[in-house]
Amino acid sequence: MTKIIEPKKQRNIFSRPSSETGIWSWITTVDHKRIGIMYGYAAFFFLLVGGLEALLLRIQLSQPDNNFLSAAEYNAMFTMHGTTMIFLAIMPISAAFFNYLLPLQIGARDVAFPRLNALSFWIFIAGGLFLYSTFLFGTAGAPEGGYLDEEVSRLASAPNGGWFGYQPNAGLKYSPGTAMDYWAIGLQILGIASLVSAFNFITTILNMRTKGMRLMRMPVFTWMTFAVSFLLAFSLPIIAIALFFVTFDRQFGTTFFLTEGGGDPVLWQHLFWLFGHPEVYILILPAFGIVSEVLPTFSRKPLFGYPAIVFAGFGIAFIGFGVWAHHMFASAISPVAQAGFGLSTMIIAVPTGVKIFNWLGTIWGGKLTLNTPMLFALGFIGMFVIGGLSGVTHSVVPADTQQTDTYYIVAHFHYVLFGGALFGIFSGLYFWFPKVWGRMYNETMGKIHFWLMLIGFNVTFGPMHWLGLQGQVRRTWVYAEETNLGFWNLIVTIGAFILAVAILVFMANWIYSRRKGEKAPFDPWDARTIEWSIPSPTPVWNFSKAPEIKSLDDFWHQKYGEDEDGRAVRREGTDELLLKLEEEGLNPDEEIHLPSPSYFPLILAFGLPFLGYAIIYKSVPLALVGVILLLIGGFGWGTEPLEEEFETSEENPDAKESSTYE
Amino acid sequence: MQIKKFLKTRHLMLCSFLFITACIENAPLDSLSPAGPYARTIDDLFWLTFWIAVVIFFIVQGALLFSVFYFKDSPDKPEPKQIHGNNFLEILWTIIPVIILASIAVPTVRTIFDLAREPEDALKIEVIGHQWWFEYKYPDFEITTANVLVIPEDTPIRLEMWSNDVLHNYWVPKLNGKRYLVPGQKTYLNLHADNAEEFWAQCGEYCGLSHSKMRGRVLSLSQSDFDSWVMNQQKNAANDLDQNSLAYEGQQVYLNAGCTQCHVIDGVWDVQGEQIAPNLTHFGIRNVFAGAALKNNPENLTKWLANPAQIKPGTFMPNLELTEREIEALIEYLGTLK
Repeated sequence: MTKIIEPKKQRNIFSRPSSETGIWSWITTVDHKRIGIMYGYAAFFFLLVGGLEALLLRIQLSQPDNNFLSAAEYNAMFTMHGTTMIFLAIMPISAAFFNYLLPLQIGARDVAFPRLNALSFWIFIAGGLFLYSTFLFGTAGAPEGGYLDEEVSRLASAPNGGWFGYQPNAGLKYSPGTAMDYWAIGLQILGIASLVSAFNFITTILNMRTKGMRLMRMPVFTWMTFAVSFLLAFSLPIIAIALFFVTFDRQFGTTFFLTEGGGDPVLWQHLFWLFGHPEVYILILPAFGIVSEVLPTFSRKPLFGYPAIVFAGFGIAFIGFGVWAHHMFASAISPVAQAGFGLSTMIIAVPTGVKIFNWLGTIWGGKLTLNTPMLFALGFIGMFVIGGLSGVTHSVVPADTQQTDTYYIVAHFHYVLFGGALFGIFSGLYFWFPKVWGRMYNETMGKIHFWLMLIGFNVTFGPMHWLGLQGQVRRTWVYAEETNLGFWNLIVTIGAFILAVAILVFMANWIYSRRKGEKAPFDPWDARTIEWSIPSPTPVWNFSKAPEIKSLDDFWHQKYGEDEDGRAVRREGTDELLLKLEEEGLNPDEEIHLPSPSYFPLILAFGLPFLGYAIIYKSVPLALVGVILLLIGGFGWGTEPLEEEFETSEENPDAKESSTYE
Repeated sequence: MQIKKFLKTRHLMLCSFLFITACIENAPLDSLSPAGPYARTIDDLFWLTFWIAVVIFFIVQGALLFSVFYFKDSPDKPEPKQIHGNNFLEILWTIIPVIILASIAVPTVRTIFDLAREPEDALKIEVIGHQWWFEYKYPDFEITTANVLVIPEDTPIRLEMWSNDVLHNYWVPKLNGKRYLVPGQKTYLNLHADNAEEFWAQCGEYCGLSHSKMRGRVLSLSQSDFDSWVMNQQKNAANDLDQNSLAYEGQQVYLNAGCTQCHVIDGVWDVQGEQIAPNLTHFGIRNVFAGAALKNNPENLTKWLANPAQIKPGTFMPNLELTEREIEALIEYLGTLK
């Protein structure tokens, strides 16, 4: 019998919610694992939406001079595809991993600020819904003085200035209506979510590590979380300011980016990419972290050059702030700036190369288990190398002036962000599936998913290289038949549908395995890091007692020693150790105090969209609603009792089940 | 020279062993078919980088695939040696990429400055971006034209460019890389065509609804043809049409239906309205119109004049609700503007 502490029920309005099951337990949760799971599902939903938008784009481009979509619809779709995939899919999926794994990898019970963590999640949801409400309420149209032949459909009432929102095209004169305001303010709200979680993770990593978890003993995934958090903290304020400028230009008649008022459209490019390039590393570094966990586990070897990989990660993050103008080589910048940013872009290839060579060093001489997470991690290396090499051709400035704004660039960054980030994410989703759900995924379906995705991916994005080099310009709704680009565009569209099938296989596997998958042992992969030393699925309290870390890959070293040849040898008594760990993990012998759930992060978060609508519609009542929600949220947050009076109850023997998320 | 020869066969090489006949034949916007010295310098630099990348690609992917097949788990395989790293290797694979990159960096920086330099004795032409067409002015000859840039062959051209509204990006892939057109400041781009030939141009930067239809042509002519083109362009349009002709009726439509609000025809209507639209003085000799989205023929003109926004969504040209007869007359008149 275990003692679990439960807060007393109180009738105070500031009392904390206490449901442990059902929808309210999820809505009010501050548990990093539940927040991580919710991040994952929400982000995956948006990934599907963004994928659907991409399919519409591909149908339109499957033949020359097609008119499946109107120009207005096409422009809205590519804008929303980019914005969705970056801000609502890849970033939050990474956040899902951070949330779920970070405390587990450093031996903590939760993040440093659990309620702040819930706030990040709900602001992300509020921002996503706000942005997507443009399909219901937004308006768009021809530039001032221009003519449209047809009504602007609902599909075309979304932001249409590109995810990069170049000024002055995204300004009020050339993008009238409210759609671009939804974009600017939506991103502003989403930025708050990321900033809040960045500080939370930095604090957690610095302060919440368990005994013996020195910085240089942290798993690489944790290191990459740390790097990404710094990137977020330093780059998001830049885009926040730039988006405020845009909102001011559009709403209040300022002219930060408008030439006629003395503003400068090139300034927006600088500000946007000063954020936008670190953003690329925000998207890719988590995947670097994931494969750095997966490769050693399935090679049964330690990560080759751990310090080099860690420092290379931080090198990339640091240099990533000094390469932004390579997005602007054809823009109004001087040859000196072109040369400088060309060189810095070449330099960033060096730490990236170091990482790739170290991963190869990790699998070299190993004993490779080619299961789904490993296949995705290996596929990640292969695809990312292609994206990295095409990236080097962009640093050659004169060549880039031919390539920029063509499908060659589209190919390049999809090899980095899809072949790289998303392959890494899928690797991680399969790898930690048993830890999160306590069940195994279906290996056959996983492998089908991998091969379909690898083939579909290359059929989709491979031909884009030569389509771009041979003249297909980005963001074009139609292309002329005389350009002779039709054939490969059709192939690309077919590839996109193969990818869609691959995603369906993944979903089927997920749904099936969640319910019917085999029960997972707590260490199914014979893994290395301490999140595998606790039961699967992870108990609410994570660690029944705080682990003490003696080395890098601590859990592995508890299980394995080395013989005189340096080969791994399973220690005697490992089986008993594992039995003991599972027993202990499920039955904590001390009283565990977990942070109590709270309503207030949710209330606070949903004040923000109201303020957004208030700005767009210049409405005082909406502003009041927003401010009141913020005040209630903030005041309640500050005054709700931190420590409840606790009563101790004997745990129900079935609590093992109820403590997991079925 | 060996290398040059090797590079000459590059298209064949590329197609056969990497892309498997992937290269598109006769792509008018092909950046891999340079037709002038600027584009050629860029092309050489690209292929240098490309071949280095190909070598690295095969080394890395080879090592990856070799590892996968050779180190794959099998039942009798012993536990691997626990190697944590190797400082020598770390230094090696830091320094070798640096050396490779330096070998690309040197020609890159040199080419950047070469391309930016203003060529001596260049013909100066102004390029002005509008939503969604390019306007060209020849300050030396006092010519204003649109959509088709006419240049003399084998002569360096210096384009001085800006935008009248949003960002545009001027691209003639066979002659040089891209350069933005920015409102409120000037940018420059050099062109140089080896031979008399027609090239395609395209706006690269997303510039609103009809970005994809912001296209262009560059017509390079022999020096004598160019000289006579200039002579012709400097003439005003004829204003002495036979009053019983269909063309005269078309001119009246031009003068009265609202066209003159935006379009100028030198010698017929010289007052530029607030909204700038292509100068039509020599419309008849341009082979494309409407931002080079359409070929200049009566069929396309009929479609365009009947409803411009259907061809180019967002266009600033209104539907003037012209009758069939008016359209027919207008097309006849436009055809006389040679």
